[in-house]
Amino acid sequence: MARITASVFTSHVPAIGAAIDLGKTQEAYWQPLFQGYEFSKQWMKDNTPDVVFLVYNDHATAFSLDLIPTFAIGTAASYQPADEGWGPRPVPVVEGHPELASHIAQSVIQQDFDLTIVNKMDVDHGLTVPLSLMCGQPEKWPFKVIPFAVNVVQYPVPSGRRCFQLGQAIRKAVESFDGDLNVQIWGTGGMSHQLQGPRAGLINKEWDNAFLDKLIADPAAAAAIPHIEYVREAGSEGIELVMWLIARGAMADVAGGPAPKLAHRFFHVPASNTAVGHLILENA
Amino acid sequence: MALDKPYLDVPGTTIFDAEQSRKGYWLNQFCMSLMKAENRERFKANERAYLDEWAMTEDQKQAVLARDLNRCIALGGNIYFLAKIGATDGKSFQQMAGSMTGMTEEEYRNMMINGGRSVEGNRYLGENGDAQPQNQPQGAAGKNKGA
Repeated sequence: MARITASVFTSHVPAIGAAIDLGKTQEAYWQPLFQGYEFSKQWMKDNTPDVVFLVYNDHATAFSLDLIPTFAIGTAASYQPADEGWGPRPVPVVEGHPELASHIAQSVIQQDFDLTIVNKMDVDHGLTVPLSLMCGQPEKWPFKVIPFAVNVVQYPVPSGRRCFQLGQAIRKAVESFDGDLNVQIWGTGGMSHQLQGPRAGLINKEWDNAFLDKLIADPAAAAAIPHIEYVREAGSEGIELVMWLIARGAMADVAGGPAPKLAHRFFHVPASNTAVGHLILENA
Repeated sequence: MALDKPYLDVPGTTIFDAEQSRKGYWLNQFCMSLMKAENRERFKANERAYLDEWAMTEDQKQAVLARDLNRCIALGGNIYFLAKIGATDGKSFQQMAGSMTGMTEEEYRNMMINGGRSVEGNRYLGENGDAQPQNQPQGAAGKNKGA
């Protein structure tokens, strides 16, 4: 059967992608950030999965105001890196896993989550920056990716509680797939940041680190955090952190298994406007 | 019955909810059009003419021409859509975000390097943090305000 072996959590700031693409990772501004991902790149080589279920948000790229799905699962064979206005990032095409994706879509919908199924979309920095952070600059991404887009642009976004429950449904769906696949689930976005208005630039290290603590040790408590707390404490765009709860909800301990092993934890301020947080949790 | 909007008392912050989205529909769809290189060229060649192709309000068009992002947001724009204008102008997200604070680019960049804006005094309207309406604009522009 397919199984979820680990979860990875990371911010997905566009400027990080630009720094990688323009060869700036060793500049004084960026060096401390990329240092924090050196462990992760090695870990990725030692723990390469068959498939990554990648939870991210589209930033008004594939989805305009014409269509705003709350949860959208990509079931396509491949996805092109999007032109977000600066031209497409020079990164490999993202290969999908249509069989597992379709299986998860059917199973999760039957568990009462109304997913939107997407067979054609471009993927923006929300998806490609985490790939670059974890894999560097390969010719080809070393695994298949199932993109899972969450609306965190137009309020109300799904609650942390709903996301946490969805993660549990995704775990069941993966485990009911007959093929023998090593699957990781990644939650991306965050941490504290605000990109708009006179409050732009808000960072809350204390809140972010308390969130990381909770996510690791008491995810149900993290899932109970209401929207307004993210906005007030972590900035209007800090609400992206609800996506981390989908990945966390898919870990074994939430379904009564043993607690995950914390393989890596990193936190850095700033990357452009944003606090960067990063965790790797392994299932026993 | 009124919708529950617990976020209206957060200073310096506009939540892009259904009401804002409805107001800003054409403004945001105009921004989306700038994801195509040919449209970016046409917009740059004659901004006013390009804007006139869209069912935007005159206020929205003026806010775009002035690159007044705070005004764009008040008129229903969302930052992820408005970012396409910044991209067309060759601006980074940091330059765009900073432009909404009144700070210079350098002042804003330094604030971020020094750990970002503190949440203290900036959680609720009525406090006295740097993001509060009574403390705008920020940076040197604010200090010179009364001079």
